[in-house]
Amino acid sequence: MTTMTEQTTQVYSVFIRATPQQVWDGITKPEFTARYFYGSVLDSTWEKGASFTGWAEDRSQQYVDGEVLESDPPHKLVTTWRALYDPETAAEPFSRVTWEIEAAGEHVTKLTVVHDELEAAPKTAANVAGGWSYILSGLKTLLETGEPLGN
Amino acid sequence: MDDDDRVFRALADPTRRHLLDLLYERDGRSLTELESGLEMTRFGVMKHLRVLEAAGLVATRRSGREKLHFLSPVPIRLIHDRWIDKYTERRVSALADLKTTLEEKTA
Repeated sequence: MTTMTEQTTQVYSVFIRATPQQVWDGITKPEFTARYFYGSVLDSTWEKGASFTGWAEDRSQQYVDGEVLESDPPHKLVTTWRALYDPETAAEPFSRVTWEIEAAGEHVTKLTVVHDELEAAPKTAANVAGGWSYILSGLKTLLETGEPLGN
Repeated sequence: MDDDDRVFRALADPTRRHLLDLLYERDGRSLTELESGLEMTRFGVMKHLRVLEAAGLVATRRSGREKLHFLSPVPIRLIHDRWIDKYTERRVSALADLKTTLEEKTA
């Protein structure tokens, strides 16, 4: 068994039976993210230059900190990313997360998440490696069935 | 063909599983790099990568003139949740209960 090296660019894709607008809403509306994004609500106006934060649902703790670098609803969203839930990742510099949403057939949308600029953030790189699969499979299940995973 | 069909079909081939293992070791690889580890024509490798990409198991990015391939384990996660959790959960929890009961007795 080989071990996975920490990847400084990570790319995840998933096909979702939904429209690009539904996928965009699934990413940007806190009532959706609370159901698949490790229970956290993402908070932003989703405009370029706006702050981007992720919180526990009761707002008792902030999990993610960043800024919107690019916003083109419902096609593309780019933010910086710093995970605050772990002191080791919180001490690392910002990395970058890009969400690309494209129509891939009738009522099928391809969502690609690229987490890069992780060269100076090895703890974050290792930490998010399994997380994005969990998040994207949860988003797909939620949008296609209305149920979050595990229910 | 639904999503599960595409994923199981993609995984039902030793070359394609080998390609996933190669990307697991280190991803962001070009076709040329992947091809060098396989006894197969460039066209053959390309065909396998296309099947993996259509199943969502491989994601690609352009970097200059090259197309780089990344392992995207989202479909495997979905299979895990759909097929593994469902059938193992009760058995595992029964064993966990048994373990707890036995340990309580010896404590």
